Amino acid sequence: MTPAADMEQESWFHKNQQRIAPWLFLAPGLLFFMVYVIIPVFQSFNLSLYEWDGLGAAEYVGFRNYEDLYWEWVDRDAFYTSLKNNLIWLILYLAAIPAGLFIALFLNQTVWGIRLYKSLFFFPFVISQVVVGLVFTWFYDPTFGLLNEFLGLFGLGPLNVLGDERFVTYGIIFAGLWPQTAYCMILYLTGLNAVDPEQIEAGRLDGAKGLRMLWHIILPQLRPATFIAFVVTIIGALRSFDLISIMTQGGPFGSSRVLAYYMFEVALSEYGFRMGYGAAIAVILFLIMLCFIAYFLWSMYREEKGH
Amino acid sequence: MHSMFKRTAVALAASVALAAPVAAELSGELRIFLDTSNPAPRATMEEMIDRFAEQHPGLTIETTVIDREAYKTQIRNFLTADTPDVATWYAANRMKPYVEAGLFEDVSDLWAEPAIADNLASTKGAMTIDGKQWGVPYTYYQWGVYYRKDIFDELGLTEPTTWEEELVNCQKIVDSGRACYTIGTKFLWTAGGWFDYLNMRTNGFDFHNQLANGEISWEDDRVKQTFANWKQLIDMGAFIDNHQTYSWQEALPFMVNGEAAAYLMGNFAVAPLREAGLTDDQLDFYQFVAINPDVELAEDAPTDTFHIPANASNKEAAREFLRFVVSADEQTEINNGANLGQLPVNAQSAVDDDKFLQQGFTMLSSNSPGGVAQFWDRDAPAEMAKVSMEGFQEFMVKPDNADRILAKLERARQRIYDQ
Repeated sequence: MTPAADMEQESWFHKNQQRIAPWLFLAPGLLFFMVYVIIPVFQSFNLSLYEWDGLGAAEYVGFRNYEDLYWEWVDRDAFYTSLKNNLIWLILYLAAIPAGLFIALFLNQTVWGIRLYKSLFFFPFVISQVVVGLVFTWFYDPTFGLLNEFLGLFGLGPLNVLGDERFVTYGIIFAGLWPQTAYCMILYLTGLNAVDPEQIEAGRLDGAKGLRMLWHIILPQLRPATFIAFVVTIIGALRSFDLISIMTQGGPFGSSRVLAYYMFEVALSEYGFRMGYGAAIAVILFLIMLCFIAYFLWSMYREEKGH
Repeated sequence: MHSMFKRTAVALAASVALAAPVAAELSGELRIFLDTSNPAPRATMEEMIDRFAEQHPGLTIETTVIDREAYKTQIRNFLTADTPDVATWYAANRMKPYVEAGLFEDVSDLWAEPAIADNLASTKGAMTIDGKQWGVPYTYYQWGVYYRKDIFDELGLTEPTTWEEELVNCQKIVDSGRACYTIGTKFLWTAGGWFDYLNMRTNGFDFHNQLANGEISWEDDRVKQTFANWKQLIDMGAFIDNHQTYSWQEALPFMVNGEAAAYLMGNFAVAPLREAGLTDDQLDFYQFVAINPDVELAEDAPTDTFHIPANASNKEAAREFLRFVVSADEQTEINNGANLGQLPVNAQSAVDDDKFLQQGFTMLSSNSPGGVAQFWDRDAPAEMAKVSMEGFQEFMVKPDNADRILAKLERARQRIYDQ
């Protein structure tokens, strides 16, 4: 570094310790993030330019996979269905946030046994998605499912939720909302612990009650919780794979597919040998996620600067 | 030297008793991957491997059993890395991707040996791609209509043989408040079985094969005729409702409870039906009816197979194992009622006394002049199979969409086969 002698070289680390230390601590994380996230992103993009069955030699086809996707979109084919369903998932899944907030407000009281109630409400988040999927599959079963027994009481039904292409996606989203609501609830419950009682007191003196109190006093203080709930819900909606795989396998006739499942189907499932095509779908899914990731990063950056 | 070994091998395959002294030469490790994960087939396979091991004490055999569904995706990995010496798979187009990628060993030499050439001729076609054989079969089973004999007796019906009789029968069953057929199409392939039969009966085996190979348009009038026949059954309410929500196992109770009278299925459906309490007096079998009298009857008989991966390290022992598996005695043993309960591939083997196996064997050997198909998802390329079976499922739920579905399949055909 400097033209000086050995002595100074010995103390080079010492001098730059402040600057080097953070990088040293970050190094393992960065390494794994590179190997498992960043590099695969570029590999996927590269793979999406090839036609490859996963076994033989890959053939370079340029953007033909994307062209095929475009035609599937034009023809209202599988890709169109998947993208449309992804959008429905994104929008409806957000219902978990207000639902979670409502339950959290409801449970945020001190009565005897409240801990038990809280854990019961949290229960669906603890059990595996596979179990959630199975439970709802039986719930929706057209011949002996609870839903149709219930509808029967009002002289309605029978309704084959998972066998009807009009209802199937909503049926699966509803199943997904059950654990997701519990997740949002727990986020809000911890958030509610941190609400400043003095502000509530002040608000009360000014005559705020009910919804006004919630909107103007409580919710602003819950902003960090809302932000996290938003992030996990969006991510949850975009990777909605396990429920679809368990409940319908993308059916009936492919009407409950989402991009993540479609990608799995064409590339990795029993009949799937189109790695390049799967990669192209993955790239599209990544671009959609990128919009949200950029937004999250931007708002976190703004938050940091504000403080 | 090589031909001498070959001659010894032929002699040894011809007689299991002779095999013991020569076989002592085999040494090293033999790794076998199996997809027979259900309890009964698993036990059968393990016993068979034990018998093989007894004959070859110098050989260390390592057996790995993988879940049947997981196996279908894992095979791609283990054929390229950490490869076993013997692996199970399926015949016909289902093995094509691996053959084309050079991952299966050419075993035409085995098929040239008289012990195999003379006795396994009936399945040779299913094992052949590009004029070479890529493995050996170890079991196969018939498809057909399994029906409730007691319900047929109650309604005064007899086994139909023509399409008209079939429709009349079915109408009577529907009028009695039952469905003619149970089916669960959640996993799609069951609908593929219906398409196989309807199309083979309407247009014949050769046409069916050409369609599977992408040589015929899906919008061809002959294909439309197949779907028109299918629609007759659907429109009269022949199939149970909501079949798109059930797996094939979940569709069984409808037949057991008498809500449906029959099931177009492979012979593997017999075991669960018996376990559910149906006796052999209540359960019977008939061959799928003829539709077009001008075409010869052809049947579905899926064949399960053993292959040697190209990257295997002990191919000599693997070949010996394949010879052992297809030998007449082993075939009789592993396919009997106490084991797999299916049909042996070796012509010298004995078929079990089970009435369904006997009927199936007779049907396949003497009443299937048109040919024997593997199954739709094994005969058609994977991608076409997937798209088309999804179309079949949609058609069975919404028969009025036929034209739109066929147009979609035609678009898929042009994309898939053109590469």
